[in-house]
Formats: sequence, C-alpha cells, structure tokens
Amino acid sequence: MTAPTAGGRVVAPLTWRVARLVERRVETATAQTLVLDVPGWPGHLPGQHVDLRLTAADGYQAARSYSLAGPAQGERIEVTVQRVTDGEVSPYLIDTYAEGDPVEVRGPVGGWFVWQTDGTEPVLLVAGGSGVVPLMAMIRARRAAGSRTPFRLIYSVRTADDVIYADELRRRARDDQGLDVAYVYTRRAPEGWRGEPHRIGLADVNSHGWPPALEPLCYVCGPTGFVETAADLLVGLGHPTRRVRTERFGPTG
Amino acid sequence: MSPGFQGRPRSSAPDLPPGQYLTEDFPVLSAGPTPRVALDTWEFVLTSETGAEHRWSWDELMRLPQDTPTVDLHCVTRWSKLGTTWQGVSLDTLFDGVDTDARYALAHSYGGYTTNLPLDDLRGGRAWVVHTYDGGPLPAEHGGPARLLVPHLYLWKSAKWVRGIRLLVDDRPGFWETAGYHDYGDPWREQRYQGD
Ligand SMILES: Cc1cc2nc3c(=O)[nH]c(=O)nc-3n(C[C@H](O)[C@H](O)[C@H](O)COP(=O)(O)OP(=O)(O)OC[C@H]3O[C@@H](n4cnc5c(N)ncnc54)[C@H](O)[C@@H]3O)c2cc1C
Repeated sequence: MTAPTAGGRVVAPLTWRVARLVERRVETATAQTLVLDVPGWPGHLPGQHVDLRLTAADGYQAARSYSLAGPAQGERIEVTVQRVTDGEVSPYLIDTYAEGDPVEVRGPVGGWFVWQTDGTEPVLLVAGGSGVVPLMAMIRARRAAGSRTPFRLIYSVRTADDVIYADELRRRARDDQGLDVAYVYTRRAPEGWRGEPHRIGLADVNSHGWPPALEPLCYVCGPTGFVETAADLLVGLGHPTRRVRTERFGPTG
Repeated sequence: MSPGFQGRPRSSAPDLPPGQYLTEDFPVLSAGPTPRVALDTWEFVLTSETGAEHRWSWDELMRLPQDTPTVDLHCVTRWSKLGTTWQGVSLDTLFDGVDTDARYALAHSYGGYTTNLPLDDLRGGRAWVVHTYDGGPLPAEHGGPARLLVPHLYLWKSAKWVRGIRLLVDDRPGFWETAGYHDYGDPWREQRYQGD
C-alpha cells in the first residue's frame, strides 16, 4: 500500500473508524472516562488527540477533539470528557452515550504536544482542569515504559473534588519514582493544605517546576486563559519558548 | 448512527464550511507561549528564491496603502467566526516589485512557527499582513503586532506574529503540516489532515 507523501514524510490518510463504548468510569461529578474499542487502531503517542464525531438521525453531524488519556491497549483507547454546561457534544457523551453505542473516531492527531518515552530531559507538566488528560497520558506512558525521566506535575483545580484521576495520581506520586505532583486550588483548598486558594502564579511555578538551567521540556494544557498565564510565567522565569509546548482546550479562558 | 444524539444545529447557522460551527468569541490556538515583539525591533522580510531580501520596518509598513478587509475565519478545530474586520497591507502591495518565479511560500513567525502556502494564494487580493483587529491594535494572543491573514484557508495558515515570507521553488511543509495537518487547508473541502 502506498501512502501519500508530503515533504518526504510518509503519511497515511486519517480515516473515520467506528468505535464502540466498552466501559465508562466516573472521575468527578463533571468528568467521565470513556473506554472505546476501535477496530484497527494504529496506536499513538502520549499527548495526541482524536476527533470524535456524532451523527443524529437526520444526518446532522458534530465533531470535537478529545485527548487520549493513556497509551493504547491493543485496540482500546480512553478519553476523559469534562462536561461543558450547555455544550452540544460533551453532555451527550456523559449522559446519553451508552455501552455498545457507536461513535466515529479519527486519529491519532497532533505531533508536537507529545512526549517521547525515550526522552531523558526533565519534564514539567502544568494542567488546568481537564487539561490534565494528555498530561496523564504522559505520566501513564512513562510508567508503562519503565522510564526514570524526572516528572513534575502542577495541577490547578477549583477544589479537591475536581481532581480528575485523584486516586491514581496519589498512588503514582507515591510509587512511580521521580514523579512529583503539586496542586493549586483556585476556589477552596482542602483541610491541611498550606496557603489560600489562588490562581496559578509565579511562586507555584517556581517552587514546583524545574529551574530553566536543567533544560526541562514543559507541557502546558488547559483552558486558554490558564495556558496563556502559565506559559507566560514559564517564559518569564527564563524557559526558552521552544521548550514550552501548549495545548489550549476550549474557546475562552 | 449515534442513538439519542440530536445535536444542536445552530438554527441561524448560515452557509458555513462543512464541519464548522459558529462562535461569537475569538478562540486562541497556538503551539507555545505568546511571543511579545516590540514595534521598534519588528520587521517584515520577503526573501525571494534567489535570496534577494525586501524589508519593512513597522513605520514603513504603516506608510504603505492600507486595506480594511471584512472576512470570515475558519479554524481547523471547527469554529468559524464571521464578519471580522481588519486593517493591514495587501500582500499584492508587498509583492509589487518583487521579481520571482517561485510557486510556493513559507511564512515564518517570531517564535519559530512556519506554515506553507502556494504563492498564488497570497496574491490577487486574498491575503494581508494585518495589524489592527476590530478597530484596535491586534492583541498579542491573536498574533499582534502583525499577522498574516489568508481567510480562504484554515486559520493556521494565517501565521501569527509574522516575521517574513520565504519564496520557494519546491513546496516544503511548515510546523503544523509536519505534525500531520494538510498542506493546503481549504475549509470548503475539509482539508484538515494529511491525506484529506
Ligand atoms: C486538541 C484538543 C483536545 C481536547 N481534549 C479534551 C479532553 O481531553 N477533554 C475534554 O473534556 N475536552 C477536551 N477538549 C475540548 C472539547 O473538544 C470540546 O470543546 C468540549 O468537550 C466542549 O464541547 P461541547 O460540544 O460540549 O460544547 P460546545 O457546544 O462546543 O460549546 C458550548 C459552550 O461552551 C463553550 N466551551 C466550549 N468548549 C469549552 C471548554 N473546553 N471549556 C469551557 N467552555 C467551553 C463554548 O464557547 C460555548 O459557549 C479538547 C479540545 C482540543 C482542541
């Protein structure tokens, strides 16, 4: 089979595949993980995303992008969907979409906001809300590959109840050597947490990130406003812009 | 196809390219932090395939004849925004007096971003270097002080923080194109990814 080439790259066309829901996990009051079976799934890198497409009875279609939440397990992939109140697609995926139902999937997409599991530079992950999804994929891929690359995650959430993957993050921070996890609470801090609720600032990035001299790779993901702020903080601290990779979810911050 | 999915087709949705939905706000999508470029060091450089350079400082750009296009924007992430108003310099004005046989262009930005386009798509009144959006200076997160505006292609072709255009005899993919996005990016043909 020949694939079209572009600038020397060999690329296969991205086709829509029919996937089915095999399992659903409740992560928080507003976020759920969907495990999909995608016959023919070619595999992917942590940080890549898929497009999901829904079709109504009258033929109307809507498609949205969702990050892949972890490494593929054969033909199984996972996405984690955060409900956007009055959204068109996310409430359907959370409330109506049922086990065995079809959904069209296209991917994997994206080749910049990815982490290569053989990478050795320290990694800083900065997540806002559901922006943790592709970063969790990197944490899971690191574990699966037996990588010792030093990882730090700074995760900004409204309250402790909004932490997606809370149990697994607690476990991994304890068991995965070289993984540190720090939280920033914007609305209400849990009992025993030092400090007042606040939006991510210089002090958070300074105390929980890596110094630029260690030449880390930084990945920032979340709502637009959050990404703007966090990326600006990193550049302000002296991280070269080329080493700060961003993924912006959702139209506004 | 998707049991129970009714969708929420925007009732007033006009003639949008396939797969797009209407948005009122102005989303931001870029691969890295927002570069901040000072106007006194800003420049725009057109480099022909022979290496001949044509340079404009900020003041020089401002002294060129200005256009005020009103255009629709179509982002590959599926939002479209209609009737946006800009001010800037037509690429026809910038190419005036540039001697070239090249067929391709690679736009490059402060911050290192690149994107490729056929040169014909930059001429004929279809592309601008814009510095004003909605009556005010173009905000940095939208590509200010100046960005490319090529509204008939997906928005990633409208390179933000544009710094120059290099003319090429052979097509060469830019940043997103190397990451799997389409080389041309026509929204009406849904050319999102390589192979579309
Ligand atoms: C590369 C990429 C990866 C993504 N990965 C994920 C992911 O892993 N998990 C996830 O839940 N989402 C992710 N998103 C966002 C997702 O694609 C949808 O935008 C989101 O699910 C909302 O779709 P909707 O149809 O429910 O809302 P829409 O009907 O599109 O929007 C309804 C209203 O909500 C606003 N809105 C839309 N999206 C958001 C948002 N994300 N936050 C706040 N307000 C919003 C809109 O402006 C509109 O006013 C990703 C987006 C991109 C571009």
